[in-house]
Amino acid sequence: MIRFTQTSKRYEGGYDALSNISFHIEPGEMAFVTGHSGAGKSTLLKLIALLERPTRGQVLVNGQNLSRIKRRQIPYFRRNIGIIFQDHQLLFDRTVFDNVALPLIIAGYTRAEIGRRVRAALDKVGLLGKEKKYPITLSGGEQQRVGIARAVVHKPLLLLADEPTGNLDPDLSREIMHIFREFSQVGVTVLVASHDLELIREMQTRQIILHQGQLADDGSGVEYGQ
Amino acid sequence: MDRGLNMVNEATSRRNREGASSTGRPGLLTLINSYFVRHAQTLFYSLGQLLRAPFSMLMTAAVIGIALALPAGMHQLLQNAQLLSGKLDDATQISLFLKKAVTEQQARELTHKLGNMPEIGRVRLITREQALEEFKQNAGFGDALRALDENPLPHVIVINPALQHTDAAAGRKLLERLQGMIQVDAAQLDVEWIKRLYAILEIIKRGVWILAALLGMAVLLVVGNTIRLAIQNRRDEIVVIKLIGGTDAFIRRPFLYTGFWYGLFGALIAFTLVNIALYLLSDPVRQLGELYHNPVSLTRMNLETSAYLLGAGILLGLGGSWLAVGRHLRDIEPR
Ligand SMILES: Nc1ncnc2c1ncn2[C@@H]1O[C@H](COP(=O)(O)OP(=O)(O)O)[C@@H](O)[C@H]1O
Ligand SMILES: [Mg+2]
Repeated sequence: MIRFTQTSKRYEGGYDALSNISFHIEPGEMAFVTGHSGAGKSTLLKLIALLERPTRGQVLVNGQNLSRIKRRQIPYFRRNIGIIFQDHQLLFDRTVFDNVALPLIIAGYTRAEIGRRVRAALDKVGLLGKEKKYPITLSGGEQQRVGIARAVVHKPLLLLADEPTGNLDPDLSREIMHIFREFSQVGVTVLVASHDLELIREMQTRQIILHQGQLADDGSGVEYGQ
Repeated sequence: MDRGLNMVNEATSRRNREGASSTGRPGLLTLINSYFVRHAQTLFYSLGQLLRAPFSMLMTAAVIGIALALPAGMHQLLQNAQLLSGKLDDATQISLFLKKAVTEQQARELTHKLGNMPEIGRVRLITREQALEEFKQNAGFGDALRALDENPLPHVIVINPALQHTDAAAGRKLLERLQGMIQVDAAQLDVEWIKRLYAILEIIKRGVWILAALLGMAVLLVVGNTIRLAIQNRRDEIVVIKLIGGTDAFIRRPFLYTGFWYGLFGALIAFTLVNIALYLLSDPVRQLGELYHNPVSLTRMNLETSAYLLGAGILLGLGGSWLAVGRHLRDIEPR
């Protein structure tokens, strides 16, 4: 599903955020990207979402070489991905329903279909009663779950989450991680950047470990009993 | 959580089937159908957004309205001035002095012939006898004339060009034609000041166009700047939409419609301002007309002019937002 081949990313200013990274993630697999702050976790996710372009090497997503995707085609590519951020990027002047509906509106779904899917996604993250609320009236954990609902509402093949539990207490974090696991169990490829090592250990899931932009361990040899 | 899992299961089975139609993803027909619905929705969504802050919206629309009202109002006054000067066609007379050899009978025939020409409205023959009589009575040198044994005056035909030939160019052409006739000794366009008036009106007309172009540019800039601010205010939203796969066209659309509304409201304000101004001017103009024993009234904007004003407003609104959107949307990329 995701294949990095000797991929490097150097930001303007000459800083190598990623050097010579190669790894592969199977469809339906769940993996963590770990490493301390500045290791290049966010950069790695950005390359997959075409928020940045690699300076060397290539990235394949779902068999598609991202270097072949032109600027104009990026929106359509991104519709296959769900993206979740630490600062959840919700629109605060819209209701929970409207926030979650946004990917469907963009893709041109019918009104009835939008209603059905938004409710299903909100149900999935346990927020079914809160459609009409504004994000500002929700707790941090609930806001993050709205973000997850928005990321999965259009049933993407791939879910990217950058520090999704950064602002949450351990219980809420655990809950969020389990939601991700459920998605991976039904075939969605899930890639989560996190430095919450304790929680990651507990999750018993593949880890791609970055160290100062280098791949320290791609975790592919480790077997996890579930 | 069970129902939630169902949804995810659905996602899996969709992938297994790889079918497009069974996914609930929109088909082509639905897309085309919803295309217009979505445009209409965006149109009224952007109106709703504007009406959330009616005061600042009105401020901007008023600026646009005033900028449009100036050239539109001046255009309307100019139209009136031209109509008015059209009424002065009585003053654009051409006097044809016939050759000495032309008899009265021939002069009458010529007068009749000229009267049938389409360029010519009214003709009147002043025979040399009548002219002499007039001279004797009016000019005060009757004695001097009486001393001559021969009438020195020629027959004169006085011509009023038809209404649609009263402008300077047509008058000049008619004059040249008449001068070319064999019976004619000289032809003279009587009132030169009409030509000057037309020339002045022509300059003013050009001036109004220049003013319109300048103020049109001002409208473009006002709309462009307003939309630029709107884009900046909604930066976060634009980033999110780009992040979840919104195309540039999708992001552009509400801003273009916002420009459309500004242009439309600006034009409506301009329309109102011009008509109020015409109403305020109508009384003094009527009084002026009465002084000249000439009933004149200001005409309001007709349907055509109003449509042009609305069209210009909308185009400038769209154009201004197009410029702003083109310049500023590209700068906003998710990081
Ligand atoms: N847009 C950018 N321009 C320049 N340097 C950047 C940019 N984004 C990230 N970096 C640098 O790249 C390195 C890796 O950053 P990042 O991928 O965000 O790491 P992480 O998410 O693991 O904390 C950091 O040293 C950061 O300063
Ligand atoms: Mg990061």
